Amino acid sequence: MILLDAGARPASVSKPPTSWDYFADRAFRVMAQGAVWLIVLLLAYLLWSIGTKAWLGIREHGLGFLTSASWDVGRQQFGILPHIWGTLYSSLLALAIGGFFGVVMAIFLTQDFLPPRLAQVFRVIVELLAAIPSVVYGLWGLFVVIPAMRPVADVLAARLGFIPFFGTTLSGPGLAPAALVLAIMILPTVAAVSQDALRLVPYKVKEAAYGMGTTRWEAILKVMVPAASTGIFGALVLGFGRALGETMALAMLIGNSNQISLSLFSPANTLAALLALNFPEAGPREVQVLMYAALVLLAITLLVNMAGEAIMARSARRAGVR
Amino acid sequence: MNRLVVWALVAGLSVVVPSVGGSQDGLRLTGSGATFPFPLYSTWFKAYSAKQKGVSVDYQGKGSGAGIQDLLNHTVDFAASDAAMTDEDMAKVAGGVQLLPMTAGEIVLAYNLPGNPKALKLPRDVYLGIFLGKVTKWSDPQLKAANPGVTLPDQDITVVRRADSSGTTFVFTSHLSAISEEWKKGPGAGTTVAWPKSDKFVASPKNDGVTATIKQTPGAIGYIEYSFAKFAKVEMATLQNKAGQFVAAGGDGGPAALASVSMPANLRAWISDPEGPKAYPVATYTWMMFYKENKDPKKAAALRAMVEYCLTDGQKASAAMGYVPLPEPVVAAVRKASASIQ
Repeated sequence: MILLDAGARPASVSKPPTSWDYFADRAFRVMAQGAVWLIVLLLAYLLWSIGTKAWLGIREHGLGFLTSASWDVGRQQFGILPHIWGTLYSSLLALAIGGFFGVVMAIFLTQDFLPPRLAQVFRVIVELLAAIPSVVYGLWGLFVVIPAMRPVADVLAARLGFIPFFGTTLSGPGLAPAALVLAIMILPTVAAVSQDALRLVPYKVKEAAYGMGTTRWEAILKVMVPAASTGIFGALVLGFGRALGETMALAMLIGNSNQISLSLFSPANTLAALLALNFPEAGPREVQVLMYAALVLLAITLLVNMAGEAIMARSARRAGVR
Repeated sequence: MNRLVVWALVAGLSVVVPSVGGSQDGLRLTGSGATFPFPLYSTWFKAYSAKQKGVSVDYQGKGSGAGIQDLLNHTVDFAASDAAMTDEDMAKVAGGVQLLPMTAGEIVLAYNLPGNPKALKLPRDVYLGIFLGKVTKWSDPQLKAANPGVTLPDQDITVVRRADSSGTTFVFTSHLSAISEEWKKGPGAGTTVAWPKSDKFVASPKNDGVTATIKQTPGAIGYIEYSFAKFAKVEMATLQNKAGQFVAAGGDGGPAALASVSMPANLRAWISDPEGPKAYPVATYTWMMFYKENKDPKKAAALRAMVEYCLTDGQKASAAMGYVPLPEPVVAAVRKASASIQ
């Protein structure tokens, strides 16, 4: 109000930026740009350094490396098809379980089912799951999940053995316990990011939906979740990315057996477990192929993230048109 | 990699021996390598560091292959390996490498069966068959015939093997190669081999991981170091040796196996299938490797003193910890050879 009256003294209202302002502005811009370029450079350097070490392996084994199933150091035969299969299969299973429960949990914690304080407590508890080290999950899986799963698995294998998914009995470590533990590990990521997405939808949208006469569930499933779908999808992609790269718990639980099987109870192997367990004692020739395998893992992760981005961009565009 | 270390720590195998009494001007000797003799070596070096004022020895149990790599890269003063060191690798070190067998151990087949039958007898064909994936049930007729009076369940045999590359696997697969042409032509001998493809073969990292998996899995069998099996209190099978006798690990079988093989001049003796009615069939020496030419004469002297300690006081401790003491002639040969560490 005062400013409007004091039309006679415009100098006090606005003054040109000082040279310090210019300097700070430019410095910040340079720093921010530098940081972005540094990340790009870091990624390029990572690819370059892994690539050069993997180069000899790539030249020697070519694309056959991706489709061969034997890993025999003595005979210098290397192939990672079982590892690619195991990585994708265990991650997809984990995503199916962890993704479902993560999104349901996010809905439960954001859509006024609980008093706000209690919801906050639950939120913290779920996020605490992310703070548990991988190796603890591995030990827990070994000593708790596998013994608990064995009777169920035995019954399923005996009764429903004709279904390929239950084709073998659980001999201890295997795909099912690994995927279950992996699902719990990605749960906090999925739940936290989905909650953020749901909370970003303005409350008015929900009130408007109620105003149109929807029931609570119609409002949640037909209005809130679709409005937050881009963010929820992002949460799932992030969770999947985490599952692909998870190492120690899987190395302890998956059984590290180089075979391709649909059965949930048979042992399998993953790329990350292969790398972690074989690097410490690898000879120079084995290091080349391990680096090649690392490159493949990097490529898979990159592809998954890019596919996720593309789908999100498309759904965002379509939402915009509507 | 960090997580691997943490896993090892959690599983009860501390990776770094804390250096005791390292004084300011003290000499610090570092070594790395095999995990199989790690419990023994860490006891030795702790006692030696306490006794020898001003010298401390650090040993990291990283695995035999990693120890050899460290020695080739000159990042340690000595290394240890269950698979000794090949002539090819030794030629890469300028000045030469001195191999010294320091102790010996046995590899056992530990199992987990309902009712915990003790000292199950495993004929050679049966344990070979199990690891070839051909004997798949505990109720196999051959097994029943060898163990009259023991109730064996009609259960699948789950084979637990090492997931990481290891000297233990090398010793065990060398034995299987020695007793079977089929194994030699198939998986062969090595620190990692291509195991039969079966959903009843699972793998776990390190000796501790294999032990834990066996303990958690009814119907499991796996190969581990005797000392790990002894402290984890798992049941161990008695194995049939070349002479046809069933011998248990941890008794006179180990020394008998060592006595059956004479030590060659390069101190690299393999006991892949020992003769003699009392010999335990799967045993091995384990080695330390030293540079013949050390830059620091004081360091070389300390290394020789350390070897001497291991050969005298050290050997007394080994039997109690589940290892096999070196036979007297071998001790003399090692003592003589250790003079070339200069």
